Amino acid sequence: MSRKIYIRLATDRVNTSVAIEGLRAYPSIYTPGQIITNQNEFMRGHGTYEDNGLLKASVAGVQEKVNNLISVRPLKSRYNGEVGDVVVGRITEVQQKRWKVNTNSRLDSILPLSSVNLPGGELRRRSVEDEHMMRNYLQEGDLISAEVKNVYSDGSLSLHTRSLKYGKLGQGIMVKVFPSLIKRSKTHFHNLPIGISLILGTNGFIWICPIINNTEESVGGFVQNLEEVVPEITRATMSRTRNCILALAQSKMMLFDTSILFAYEESKSITYQNY
Amino acid sequence: MPLCDAEKTFVLHGVDANMRIDGREREDYRPMELETDVVSHAFGSARLRLANTDVLVAVKIEVDSPFPEKPFEGKLEFFVDCSANATPDFEGRGGENLAVELSNCLASAYRSNEALDLKKLCIMKGRKCWKLYVDILLLEVGGNLFDAVSIAVKSALYNTQIPKIKSIHVDGSQIDIQVCDDIFSCTRLDISGAPLMVTVCKIGEHCIVDPNAAEEQCSVGAVVVAVSRGCLSTVLQTGTGSFHPKTLKECLKLGFSVAQNLEDSLMETLGEIKPNQDVGFLK
Repeated sequence: MSRKIYIRLATDRVNTSVAIEGLRAYPSIYTPGQIITNQNEFMRGHGTYEDNGLLKASVAGVQEKVNNLISVRPLKSRYNGEVGDVVVGRITEVQQKRWKVNTNSRLDSILPLSSVNLPGGELRRRSVEDEHMMRNYLQEGDLISAEVKNVYSDGSLSLHTRSLKYGKLGQGIMVKVFPSLIKRSKTHFHNLPIGISLILGTNGFIWICPIINNTEESVGGFVQNLEEVVPEITRATMSRTRNCILALAQSKMMLFDTSILFAYEESKSITYQNY
Repeated sequence: MPLCDAEKTFVLHGVDANMRIDGREREDYRPMELETDVVSHAFGSARLRLANTDVLVAVKIEVDSPFPEKPFEGKLEFFVDCSANATPDFEGRGGENLAVELSNCLASAYRSNEALDLKKLCIMKGRKCWKLYVDILLLEVGGNLFDAVSIAVKSALYNTQIPKIKSIHVDGSQIDIQVCDDIFSCTRLDISGAPLMVTVCKIGEHCIVDPNAAEEQCSVGAVVVAVSRGCLSTVLQTGTGSFHPKTLKECLKLGFSVAQNLEDSLMETLGEIKPNQDVGFLK
């Protein structure tokens, strides 16, 4: 027998944003076209424009002021890459000598064949045979973790996976959140004590998978084990983590290992419901 | 966006183990949010959000002449619009096939005698009747469209107010209809028989309800079951795969029981609606 189905009325909706709860100062949000200041000693930063001597916001977001420079940081936006960022992306196209990767930015990112570690980890120049083998390494739809190598002038990114921690991702769950919610930290790869691994891509793609054991490192991250069945207990933890991350994102909470672990521990006291 | 093999395997094993990627069991539904009376210039409207699936339905009414073969009945027409905002696949004419499939499925489900009493929409036998235009707009697609659309349509019809007729003057072939002056005196439709559709998706060896976008990609085929007043009114198969008679029977049984469950929940929620609630899209 199936369980009860929940249909909520929009009037019963709860605003889950934590900032609303009293104590914290609630930052004022500017909407596009709203006047920020009429004094002209300020400099025009990102997300603003000048109109008849008035400084106005061009995006919806919060104001940031550095000395005389005023900029508006958007609440929701596409991912703006920076060199060295860890990202999770999905292959959209296999081209000659490069892959196109969807990384939630305005333009598809590029992963050149010369920026990947060959299976087996051998180091050599890429030959024509390697070009023919490209679809065997990575094909459309595959998920990868990578690092931003270069940002071009049009904002598109060039990626590389030249480290054993990057490469093709195996079995797991991908969650999408706003890129602005991912807190930048020293490492974006986490092995959580609850028995799962987490890759917090700065582009807002989060990868949840069972603990990766780094014993067979020589593979270079191109092998997926499709026969392996993830044990049910790990699966439950992964699902719970996924739901926790989505709940945190809905409340506009920053996402990093501690916040996710806290949310996970907190969620354990809530009995398993429909969702 | 296509999934990779490993992700599909993960979903597949999850369905096998009765623990889907969001922690649901095979027969569980995601929670929904319903809002009625959202479009002020329509006679009735509803918006339903089922996780990432977002549907807006508006009902408009016109006076029309009935079909000669059904002089006592009003008319009901469905139109589905796939907004390109919902998914890039709908760009250009991309959503057309889906739109036609959805509206045909709805029309066939509502054609059943149990569904909606169209005789109530008759104004004057053989001459004038009300025609309901049900416009469905898909705002976001996150899987399980058929179910979401059928729930939204039922809610919009529940919300629909049909003006009362004050008088009818017949002068030869001229028919003059006068509507009641009081705009608040309206009749509501009896929607207790309006069908609800449940998509039963076959993934691996098992059947699930309420698939999300990822699960829809992993399924080999799906059966849409429309149920009104405890009767199956329409069965539609989507996807490429074929079904073994035994599996099909199981699917129908599962869809039927879930639809009854859904019906109870929906009627309970619709009963809770208070008049003059003002929420809108932004709250």
